[in-house]
Amino acid sequence: MKQGKYPLIITFLVPPLLLYGVFVLSPYAQAFQISTTEWLGYSPDAEFVGLEQFRRLLHDGYVWNALKNNAILLAIVPVVTIGLGLFFAAMLNMGGRRGRAGVAGVRGTSVYRLVYFFPQVLSVVIIALLWKEVYHPNSGLLNGALSAVGLPTPAWLGDPRTAFWCVLAVMVWSNVGFYVVLFGAAMQAIPRDIYEAVLLDGASRWTTMRRITIPLLRDTVQVAWIYLAIAALDAFILVQQMTKGGPNFSSDVIGLRMYDTAFGAETKFGYASAMGVVLFFLTLSVAIVALRIGRRERIEYS
Amino acid sequence: MTTVQQRTAADAPATTARPLRRDRGVANVFSHTVLVVWAALTILPLAWMFVSSVKDNNEILTDPWGLPAALRFDNWVRAFNEAQIGRYLLNSLVVVTGSLTLTMLLGASAAYVFARYSFRGRQLLYYLFVGGMMFPVFLALVPLFFVVRNAGLFGTWTGLILVYAAYSLPFTVFFLTAFFRTLPTSVAEAALMDGCGHFGLFFRVMLPMARPGLISVAIFNFLTQWNQFLLPQVLMQGDESKWVLAQGLAALAVNQGYAGDYSQLFAGLTIAVLPVLVVYAIFQRRIQSGLTAGQLK
Repeated sequence: MKQGKYPLIITFLVPPLLLYGVFVLSPYAQAFQISTTEWLGYSPDAEFVGLEQFRRLLHDGYVWNALKNNAILLAIVPVVTIGLGLFFAAMLNMGGRRGRAGVAGVRGTSVYRLVYFFPQVLSVVIIALLWKEVYHPNSGLLNGALSAVGLPTPAWLGDPRTAFWCVLAVMVWSNVGFYVVLFGAAMQAIPRDIYEAVLLDGASRWTTMRRITIPLLRDTVQVAWIYLAIAALDAFILVQQMTKGGPNFSSDVIGLRMYDTAFGAETKFGYASAMGVVLFFLTLSVAIVALRIGRRERIEYS
Repeated sequence: MTTVQQRTAADAPATTARPLRRDRGVANVFSHTVLVVWAALTILPLAWMFVSSVKDNNEILTDPWGLPAALRFDNWVRAFNEAQIGRYLLNSLVVVTGSLTLTMLLGASAAYVFARYSFRGRQLLYYLFVGGMMFPVFLALVPLFFVVRNAGLFGTWTGLILVYAAYSLPFTVFFLTAFFRTLPTSVAEAALMDGCGHFGLFFRVMLPMARPGLISVAIFNFLTQWNQFLLPQVLMQGDESKWVLAQGLAALAVNQGYAGDYSQLFAGLTIAVLPVLVVYAIFQRRIQSGLTAGQLK
């Protein structure tokens, strides 16, 4: 295999490298550099200001407000989504009558899976716009139901006390189905004889879940947590399309803050890049924390 | 495979589980109820969108849960033509066809080299590619805007296609490198022995063998690129006629806020959802395994 491989290596590697270098690597590198400047984009020269932008970030109440919301998303969305995902996956894959068939799924498992997963293939923009109408104070699906049974009809996205939580709920809604399928696949990979042994020992459903299934699913849950955590640090499209961060910044997130800083009324590119750098380090720490906590030996079924 | 497993499980003695039968009945009712509730929560907003898309504005405003007096498909026509959802669908199709082809071509070739050839700097280049998965796209947003503008690609489909492909490469390369590594070396060696060149080996032997992996990653990339919103919002400002579907829908929602044409918005959303729904219904299994494989990297 030695001779003649270099023409192939070069033809195959140079085009992707070029594309990747120009549109991905170089922007990432430039972002760090731009974050140390004061630059409004009008002139080609940016004024070097060192870490001034980051100092300013520390005293920016809007940024802290946005970060606080991301922190709430980070604390709630992964836990709730994974919890619901595990619960439904367990119901679907092991909730059936076990007297006859050991551990089996409920009837109609594939139909449930088909339905639950569907939001995952929809564009987030569609989900955001649809739910914005669902929450509509007068003509929305939600208030339509509430008023029909004589309950008060809140303004939902129009109320600073509820807007953020409405967005959070949509985030969970759109993600749960994916994790039902993901965890379901992982549960199917657990050998049946483990369950047979546990059943023979007379373990209850709950014990089986807690002692057998969840520990064996640890790797999958860890991956799920990383992805949901990264999604919680983002949430840009949902917030931008549903509330624009309002009312009165109550549902703002850092991605939207950054977008508006760079491409809004003022084009503060230096300041926006500093936010991007902060977001990068946050993402990185979240991933590292998850990998640290979850580190242990892999389980292989043989 | 699952059926086989279930059958062996069924053969196992199940007598010990018998005392729990009453609990089981309760648990079954309970589990079915929650499962049905969540299914309803998922379907309801979408079904409501479909129904609302054929109601008139008055019906939508006064009776959100009501059924339409007549099926007003003219809403769809209005959304398709006036709100140009038809054009945006086509634009998205053009962009994603281009970017997906480019992604798969470049991703597969790079992954193949990383998986199958050793040369100096291979590790470094591989991690350079794969490392891109760790970076939030927000970090690149500002400089990317200028890179694309300086290249004269701002507001062009070519620009979007190149950028979509570039940002899909890290995952594609990662996934396909792992996939190419699992393919048996013996076949490749035999082909080379038989006088097949390195290029012929790739196109005639390795690519066909990698088909399942290519399909999975193509599905994953198709959905991410089709649903992309942030990148076109930054790189495709201005000229409305070139917008992609997600941008067109967002604009439709903004206009609806002024004009109060709710039925047109619902019709636009429905038009955007329908093709996805059809494709999803047909390729459900493939899509689910493609996307979950994507997550389990």
